[in-house]
Amino acid sequence: MSTSEQHTPDAPGDHVWVDVQNSPDFVELRRRLRSFVFPMAGLFLAWYVAYVLLADYAHGFMSTKVVGNINVGLILGLLQFVSTFVITTLYVRHANKNLDPLAEKLRNELEGGQA
Amino acid sequence: MNGSALLNIGIFGVFVAATLVVVIRASRNTKTAADYLAAGRAFTGPQNGIAIAGDYLSAASFLGIAGAIALNGYDGFLYSIGFLVAWLIALLLVAELLRNTGKYTMGDVLSFRMRQRPVRAAAATSTMAVSFFYLLAQMAGAGGLVALLLGITGKLGQAIVIAVVGALMIAYVLIGGMKGTTWVQIIKAVLLIIGAGVMTLWVLGKYGMNLSSLLGAAVDNAPKAGEKLLGPGLAYGKDGTTKLDFLSLALALVLGTAGLPHILMRFYTVPTAKEARRSVVWAIWLIGLFYLFTLVLGYGAAALVGADKISKAPGGPNSAAPLLAEALGGPLLLGLIAAVAFATILAVVAGLTITASASFAHDIYANIIKKGEAEDKDAEVKVARRTAIVIGIVSILGGIAANGQNIAFLVALAFAVAASANLPTILYSLFWKRFNTSGALWSIYGGLAVTITLIVLSPAVSGTPKSMFKDVDFSLFPLSNPGIVSIPVAFLLGYIGTVLSKEDDKEKYAEMEVRALTGVGAEKASVH
Repeated sequence: MSTSEQHTPDAPGDHVWVDVQNSPDFVELRRRLRSFVFPMAGLFLAWYVAYVLLADYAHGFMSTKVVGNINVGLILGLLQFVSTFVITTLYVRHANKNLDPLAEKLRNELEGGQA
Repeated sequence: MNGSALLNIGIFGVFVAATLVVVIRASRNTKTAADYLAAGRAFTGPQNGIAIAGDYLSAASFLGIAGAIALNGYDGFLYSIGFLVAWLIALLLVAELLRNTGKYTMGDVLSFRMRQRPVRAAAATSTMAVSFFYLLAQMAGAGGLVALLLGITGKLGQAIVIAVVGALMIAYVLIGGMKGTTWVQIIKAVLLIIGAGVMTLWVLGKYGMNLSSLLGAAVDNAPKAGEKLLGPGLAYGKDGTTKLDFLSLALALVLGTAGLPHILMRFYTVPTAKEARRSVVWAIWLIGLFYLFTLVLGYGAAALVGADKISKAPGGPNSAAPLLAEALGGPLLLGLIAAVAFATILAVVAGLTITASASFAHDIYANIIKKGEAEDKDAEVKVARRTAIVIGIVSILGGIAANGQNIAFLVALAFAVAASANLPTILYSLFWKRFNTSGALWSIYGGLAVTITLIVLSPAVSGTPKSMFKDVDFSLFPLSNPGIVSIPVAFLLGYIGTVLSKEDDKEKYAEMEVRALTGVGAEKASVH
C-alpha cells in the first residue's frame, strides 16, 4: 500500500533515501545523535530507578536529617529536578552545536533546487 | 449555595467569557485540516511549551499531588519526580523525530513504514483508550471539585455541572480547533503557574522563607504521621507488595508521558523540529517549577490546614490546595484558585477531545475508510468536529458515571496503557530498522490487552474496601499498577512479533530515518 498521501510532492524517490542513509554525512549525523541520546537516556533512567529503589527500600537512610528538617530523601529528590534541568540544557547545547548544522546541510542538499 | 460559591462561579464565568473570545478570534483563520487539527503548525516553541505544560498539569497533578503531599508527605512528592523526569524521554528520543515524520497523529509515525490500515487502526485504538481513561479521570474529578467549591453535594447537581463543563469543552473544540484549544491551554497554564507561585511565596513567607521551618510546622500539625511525613514510606511502605506496587507505578509514570497521544499531538503545532525541541525545554522548566511549588503547597496545607480537615472535606485529598488558598487569602483567593482548577479541567478535557477526534478523523476516516484518497480535506475536518461531539457526550456520561471514583487510579491507568502500548511501538518504530507491521500490532494490541487485563484483575478493581467493586473479589494480580509487568511484556511482544514476520522494508526505513533526522519534506507551517 502506498503511503504517498502523507508525503510532500517534491520528495525524492525511494532509491535516493538509501543512498542518503549510507552517505558519510548522514552516518555522522546519526552517530552524533545516538552517541548522545542513548547513553544520556540510560544514565538518567538508571539514576531515577536508583532513587526510586532508595525511596522504596531504604527508608532509614532517606529519612536521615542533614540540615534542620531537610533530610537525605528531600535532597536526592531535588537533585532529580536539578539533573533533569542539567540534561535538558546539555542536550540543547549539543543539538544546536553538533546536530542542527549537519541536519540543515543534508536537508538543503536533498531539497536543493526545489525549496 | 453561599456567597463564596457565587464568587467562585463569578470568577470562573469571567475566565470562560475571556477564553471564548480568544477561541473565537483564533478560529478566524482556521480553514484547512492542518489549521483545525494542528493549528496551522504556526505556534512558536515557547507558546507550545506553555500549552504543553497546560495539557500536562491536569487537575490530577495540581489538586492530586498537593493533596497527596499534604496527607502522605514524601510519598506524594515521588509522583512529581516521576512526572517530571519522564520528559527527558520525550526530549531526547521522541519529540523532534516525531515532528519530522508525522502530520497530525501518533498513527502517522507508527504507520510510516508499515502497512497503513492495520497499524493506523491499532494506533487509533490505543489513542482512544488512553484518551478515554484520561478524560474519565478529569470529568470524575470535576464532580468532587464542584462539591467542594460550590457546595453542591447532591449527585444530580454535580451531574448538571459535569454536563455544563462538558458542553463548554465541546464548544471550545468545535469553534477553535487545535488553535483555540492551544490558546485556552496557554491562558490556563499561565494562570495556574502564577497562582501556585503566589501561594508558594505566601506560604514560605509565613515561615520566614525557610523550608525547614515549614516542614517542622507540617510535622507538628500532623499528630498521626509525625516525623514520617518527611521521609518515604507513609503511603507505599507497608509491606513487600505495596513497595513493589510503588516501583511499578514509578516505571509507568516515567515511561508513560512520551506515549500520551494528547502530548504527542502538540508537537505538530510548531513549524519545525527545532521548535518542537524548544517546546519541550519550556515545558520541562515550567513543569519542574510547578512541581517545586506543589511541594511547598502540599506541606503548607499539612501545616496550615491539617490532615484531619483535608480528609474530612468533600473531595478529600483533592481539596488540600483549595483549602490552603482559603486559609491564606480567604474566599477571594479560594475563588481564584477554584476558577483556575475548573479551567484546568476544562482545558485538559478539550485537549483530550481534539486528540481523540483527530485520531478518528485522520487515522480511521481519512486513511482507513477513505484509504488515504480523500482529497477533500474539508471532510476530514467535518468528521473531526462530529467525532468531537460524540466524544464530548460520551465523556459527559462517563464522567457522571465515574463521579466519585479515584482520580489518581484512572490517571495511573492512562499512563500504564501509554507506557505499555504506545512507547515501545514508538521507540521501535523510530530506532529499530527491522521493526515491521507484525511487531507494531503485537506491541500495541498486546500491550493494551496485558495492561487492561492486569488492571481488571488488580485489587484496585475488586476485593478491597477501596476497590471499584467492593463486594466481589477476582483480584488475581496483587499490584494496583501493572507497569512493572506490562511494559517489559509489551517490549518483548514487539520483538517477537517482528522476528516472526518476514516483512523488512529497508527502503522505507531509510526514508523514515533520513526524514526523521534531517527534517526533509516535513510538514510546513501554513501561511495565512
